[in-house]
Amino acid sequence: MTQVLGEVSQSWTAKCDQSKSEAFLNSLDPRVRFVSCVLFAFLISAMHDLGALTLALGIGVGLSLSARLPLWTTVRKVLVVDSFIVVLLLTLPFTMPGETAFTLLGWDASLEGLYRAAEVGLKANAILFSLMGLLGIMEPSVLGHALYRLKVPVKLVHLFLFTVRYIDVFYKEYKTMRMAMKARGFYPKTDLHTLRSIGYLIGMMLVRSLERSDRIMEAMKCRGFDGRFHILNDMKASQRDFIFGGAVSIIMIGLLVVEYL
Amino acid sequence: MSSLISPLIALRGLHFSYASGQDVLNGVDFELRAGERVALTGSNGAGKSTLLRLINGLETAKSGEIHAFGSVRQQEKDFREVRVRAGLVFQDPDDQLFCPTVAEDLAFGPLNLGKSRQEVVSIVEKTLVMLKLEHLADRITHKLSGGQKRLVALATVMALEPDVLLLDEPTNDLDRDTKQHLITLLSELPQAMIIVSHNHHFLNKVATRQVELSNGRLLEQAA
Repeated sequence: MTQVLGEVSQSWTAKCDQSKSEAFLNSLDPRVRFVSCVLFAFLISAMHDLGALTLALGIGVGLSLSARLPLWTTVRKVLVVDSFIVVLLLTLPFTMPGETAFTLLGWDASLEGLYRAAEVGLKANAILFSLMGLLGIMEPSVLGHALYRLKVPVKLVHLFLFTVRYIDVFYKEYKTMRMAMKARGFYPKTDLHTLRSIGYLIGMMLVRSLERSDRIMEAMKCRGFDGRFHILNDMKASQRDFIFGGAVSIIMIGLLVVEYL
Repeated sequence: MSSLISPLIALRGLHFSYASGQDVLNGVDFELRAGERVALTGSNGAGKSTLLRLINGLETAKSGEIHAFGSVRQQEKDFREVRVRAGLVFQDPDDQLFCPTVAEDLAFGPLNLGKSRQEVVSIVEKTLVMLKLEHLADRITHKLSGGQKRLVALATVMALEPDVLLLDEPTNDLDRDTKQHLITLLSELPQAMIIVSHNHHFLNKVATRQVELSNGRLLEQAA
């Protein structure tokens, strides 16, 4: 749990620092970036041709490069995702039936499995890189507003924004409690005491979040909240957004052509 | 004319006990008049925060009357108006600041009151200037420092343009400079206030009168 939460809070800070140096992609309308990203991801997941997928991966890496992502955090994120892919690469050839490519310790690796593993690996990375390039440098709050402007249900948008706002608070609370446990000599071992203590910790986190949500609700009521949310800022698409949108469409049609010809 | 003389908030014989049955307030009488800055002291668990929450209708009294802004307040819908006219600043600013950016958090209240976008934008700007927080307008709320969060939380309530401020331990985790800034600020504001605090130096500087909660009753303190 620590690791996952740690990842999140770190990548945000990194993103925030990054957004200060203005990359071209960051100057585009967030809605255009979001829609392009979603369409691109759908297209990639529907493709099967290794050539087209390699091309898509190249485009994704290009997007990431032009977004000027911080090198090390990006590498770390890619490694996390690819560690899953490696497991697939190792198991798929041996589990899919088909023509034998080679034999290892009496196990047959199938050509079909190898092909499928390569396909999955390419797809995942192509989507990951384009996601990081298009949305990775976007402040979560900006993304929230873009979703709202795209007519995503207001409740979902606010659920997203609240999560963004409070995950950090909960992480701090978790760290404080963990520190307090350590200060009294707690080290996780494989025994009942550890399990029980971790259980208490998680239970206390739940209780605290419930209490906090009550207090937040009260604070909102004190400012005249009546169940409706209002969002302040406006977004305007400019010429460069239409140009970018056009370029994305052409690239996607190009990918389709490579896929089917 | 009578509204000028009558208190902004008046509590008469207020009783309150926790859900567990433990009595906290045993007949509290209190009046807050325009221009007063009342320090509310008392030991831990004496019910200071509870008193503020009762005024705002976040808790319901067992018996007694709450008069606010010229009428008796009993039900949830009576308190809707009280809440925006008697702005409560919470103990933990993380409870209060929930919007992504500072400017949006300030806009939340006025937008709820049905003000137009232009009005809201000008209120936000005015409030930030008044509290000298203009430089924080586009910052992300959860990345502010403790002291900044506290001042922004105050600003979100000030953006409602309330008649009364209810401050629950406003000096918690403030350094000396920020505390001094807060003292100057509160002394200059026209609003009547009830300030819960344990910090006597702070209260002596800001408050015009002191009351103490003890054994469920409110005692007037000599200045």
